[in-house]
Amino acid sequence: MSIILDHVNYIYEEDTTMAYPALTDVNLVIPDGQFIGLIGHTGSGKSTLVQHLNGLLKPTSGAIYYNGADINDEGYDKKLLRSKVGLVFQYPEHQLFEVDVFSDVCFGPKNLGLDKKEIQLRAYAALKQVGIADEYFYQSPFDLSGGQKRRVAIAGVLAMKPEVLILDEPTAGLDPKGRDEILDQIAKLREETGMTVILVSHSMEDVAKYVDRLIVMNKSRVVFDDTPAAVFAHYEELEQIGLAAPQITYIMQALREKGLSVDTGITTVTEAKEAILKALRG
Amino acid sequence: MGIIKTKDLIFEYIRRDEEGNVEGITRAVDNVSLKIEQGDFVAVLGHNGSGKSTLAKHLNAILYPTEGTVWVDGKDTSDDDKLWEIRQTAGMVFQNPDNQIIGQVVEEDVGFGPENLGVPTKEIWERVEESLKAVGMYEFRKHSPNKLSGGQKQRVSIAGVIAMHPKCIVLDEPTAMLDPKGRKEVIRAVRALNDVERITVILITHYMEEIIYADKVFVMDNGTVAMEGTPREIFSQVEKLKELRLDVPQVTLLAHELKQGGLDLPDGILTKEELVDALMKLKK
Repeated sequence: MSIILDHVNYIYEEDTTMAYPALTDVNLVIPDGQFIGLIGHTGSGKSTLVQHLNGLLKPTSGAIYYNGADINDEGYDKKLLRSKVGLVFQYPEHQLFEVDVFSDVCFGPKNLGLDKKEIQLRAYAALKQVGIADEYFYQSPFDLSGGQKRRVAIAGVLAMKPEVLILDEPTAGLDPKGRDEILDQIAKLREETGMTVILVSHSMEDVAKYVDRLIVMNKSRVVFDDTPAAVFAHYEELEQIGLAAPQITYIMQALREKGLSVDTGITTVTEAKEAILKALRG
Repeated sequence: MGIIKTKDLIFEYIRRDEEGNVEGITRAVDNVSLKIEQGDFVAVLGHNGSGKSTLAKHLNAILYPTEGTVWVDGKDTSDDDKLWEIRQTAGMVFQNPDNQIIGQVVEEDVGFGPENLGVPTKEIWERVEESLKAVGMYEFRKHSPNKLSGGQKQRVSIAGVIAMHPKCIVLDEPTAMLDPKGRKEVIRAVRALNDVERITVILITHYMEEIIYADKVFVMDNGTVAMEGTPREIFSQVEKLKELRLDVPQVTLLAHELKQGGLDLPDGILTKEELVDALMKLKK
């Protein structure tokens, strides 16, 4: 069970003078259960790519297979696909609209045509998964804090019981604690359910801390696809395409240049602490 | 007196339900008295809902105090007759670059502000040129803003503000929606304005790395100023910042962790160079 992208190309405004490629020859295999980070500067094609994964956009050429079936075949059930591949857009709280939190989360499963009891069970489970306490269930979603609203919006997607969860910059605009809470919750959720998570992010520090595979896009192409440590080792190339390595990696590089024997592939504070203590104490 | 001064500033708003009945009163800013000197680079931190944006909106008279007073360059912001002077003195840049640009061409967009001030045409063009040069966007003056990146658009927004010759510029999370390169471009432009043009900068942000060069940091919590000091003083207090839902730059966090791990390091290390130097000293 997996998502396979086979030579996917997408051209915006094809057949006009404005035509430009948003995806060029993208080939990816996404097996079940991976935690994937997707990075790239604004306009590199990340959002276009994730919108192909649940069939919101159709490739100009090439194919996308979900669990073996071509999602753009005639008669393929896109509605079902969208419940299996859940996409949380940027600033998802702008899409909350119901009178209370619980009804808002029920909206997705209701549209799947499930019976009332199942809908409510799912909504309840989803709200618990994102850490929203019972006392908020019957409040207006608009009275919640920014971080809470965003978690309710994520619960709305989780209530569809997706196998793949795609989050487009889920922490933009949140304070540092709110950011850590959401990402910790997502990591925990993935461990518990085994779902695939794709995290689109502008924060190198966040992807270094959470994901086990990192895909980098530049000018409509996938330019790196490896573990975070292996990708960040190319920090000079990353800088040329408007990205960077996490700050920690730069510290390790500088220490190494000065003659301290530490691994320069380190990307997180915890790893760096251990390595430095070990190097200094010999 | 400083360029900006607040005394016992309180801002309250009334919450209403869907029928318009009053549900309660929220005090978003609670008794804030602060002073910002001309030419300073001031950063304001605080978690979501701490009152920092509400405070910022008082600094160019988008909001007026419920109680207390705000002076901008000596002018009381609740004085209606001074409104335009105040807005010209303290310009504001917001989070979303797409909501702030109206011109079809970059240079027209930047000229919009001075034109509204009644600046003579020739001088408008001079101001447009110097403003775009100050943020490093002069070569894009004939471009359509639609084709620019987020960081470039934000720099055009900043140019639009400085073309009005403000003494002070307030930036409310200007980098929240940008990629790493865009963030760097915007912060570099802001620092240059402060260093070279001596424009007072008030930067509100959630990115701790952006404020290590600030002269002064205010940390807001619950509508009040919970901490105040230099970046080094503020970032020395890792645990307190975490209580306030904030963070420290990764460099500072690593130094803090190493210190807890038994290394003899100074508090409040802010840059990579400082940390590397301190560690190499220990090696010897």
